[in-house]
Amino acid sequence: MGSGSGWKGRDVISILDFDRDSLEQLFEVADKFSSLLRERGRIPLLEGYIVALAFFEPSTRTRLSFETAAKRLGADTIGFTSEEAISIAKGETLADTIRMLDSYADMIVLRHRYEGAALYAAEIAEHPVINAGDGKQHHPTQAMLDLYTVRKLFGTIDGLTYGVLGDLRYGRAASSFILALTIYRPRMIYLISPPLLRVRPEVRMVLDERGMRYREVESLEEVLGELDVLYVTRIQRERFPDQREYEKVRGSYRVTLELLEQHARRELRILHPLPRVDEIAPEVDGTPYAAYFEQARNGVPVRMALLALIAGREV
Amino acid sequence: MESGSGLLVRRIREGTVIDHIPAGRALTVLKILGITGREGARIAVVMNVESRKLGRKDIVKIEGRHLSPEEVDKIALVAPRATINIIHDYRVVAKRRVTVPDIVEGILMCPNPSCITRVGREPVKPRFRVVSRQPLVLQCVYCGTLVSEEDVAEQLAEGG
Ligand SMILES: [Zn+2]
Repeated sequence: MGSGSGWKGRDVISILDFDRDSLEQLFEVADKFSSLLRERGRIPLLEGYIVALAFFEPSTRTRLSFETAAKRLGADTIGFTSEEAISIAKGETLADTIRMLDSYADMIVLRHRYEGAALYAAEIAEHPVINAGDGKQHHPTQAMLDLYTVRKLFGTIDGLTYGVLGDLRYGRAASSFILALTIYRPRMIYLISPPLLRVRPEVRMVLDERGMRYREVESLEEVLGELDVLYVTRIQRERFPDQREYEKVRGSYRVTLELLEQHARRELRILHPLPRVDEIAPEVDGTPYAAYFEQARNGVPVRMALLALIAGREV
Repeated sequence: MESGSGLLVRRIREGTVIDHIPAGRALTVLKILGITGREGARIAVVMNVESRKLGRKDIVKIEGRHLSPEEVDKIALVAPRATINIIHDYRVVAKRRVTVPDIVEGILMCPNPSCITRVGREPVKPRFRVVSRQPLVLQCVYCGTLVSEEDVAEQLAEGG
């Protein structure tokens, strides 16, 4: 790959489908879009395009981010939210819904609660399918904007020490970010979670196959001092069969300013796919540690770059 | 073919001998072939005999029956080193090694209940890629779930 040739018409199912060169190209285009966006509100490269936003599962942030990206490129959007999806899905298979959207739109952005829904849709649709999160494993565009944010903050993705904290088993942002790191050469990856929420075997298999240096730990304090990047995700109560277990880990994974001042390196940057509940104390927000708002802002230019490259349009 | 163990059971005239089944899997092989014993055909099952290749192995002999390619594929999943001998007039006329295909389609169900292949009416066939042949590890192409040789054997022992 390397040139632009790899992107046009491409499905985006898993972050592992991409290599460094194609990601680097995406990031360069995203850089261009973010500086162009400061000058003007619209970069009409996709005039006449229709992007379908098929959100079978609620996700206001991701949907609005894609919608904004499409509209800033001058494309029109069609689609539905999860509430509408319930009535559409009544009596209709996902396959039929995808066929319908495929006949209307030039691209389909899909969010679904079942694992593999995006690949399945891509097999059915002739137009490119972009996975906006399916089940617990893949959320490739989130991983792209996460990597982009790290690259912006540190000038590199390689050579850094990462900690990924929270629900590594069911959380798709965490899984996708960990998989994304295997495309690069991190110095070390700490997977910080309660034993119940450790990474799934297939994720560990990729880490092993690709010769990553990683360690699974339970305590954040133990490794916090080594980290350049701390990726925090939400731990959801309903994942725990035993509520007392949840209460235990919930308390231990609260990132407070006090904890950071005691243990963290000054260069540490904290990412979070948002929304957050109470994993990060609000007093961290105003400090240089907090990179999650910038990370959220990066969503639009990265997704604009993605849509433009898939449509075969370059700036 | 089966020097020592051959003495245990009489040779068959027409049919199939499945040799080099991992010890304990003979009944799973019968299950895959849908053989209950009530069909009337003569069946010999030899379990836990010595084998140079496997240490211990099982053997299944079926009188008057030949296997379909789909049955052979299923057997490969629970007995990746099995040999299938076609017997004609007491003699081995053909000897075949089973092979685990690179992609296993439609035979197994994905164990992950929230995999798209498990959703009621979607017209999608479960599909697995082979991650490792020895021991056998499969991975669902759709959801990424890893399936071990034991899981496969268990599933095929239940189904059939
Ligand atoms: Zn599956």
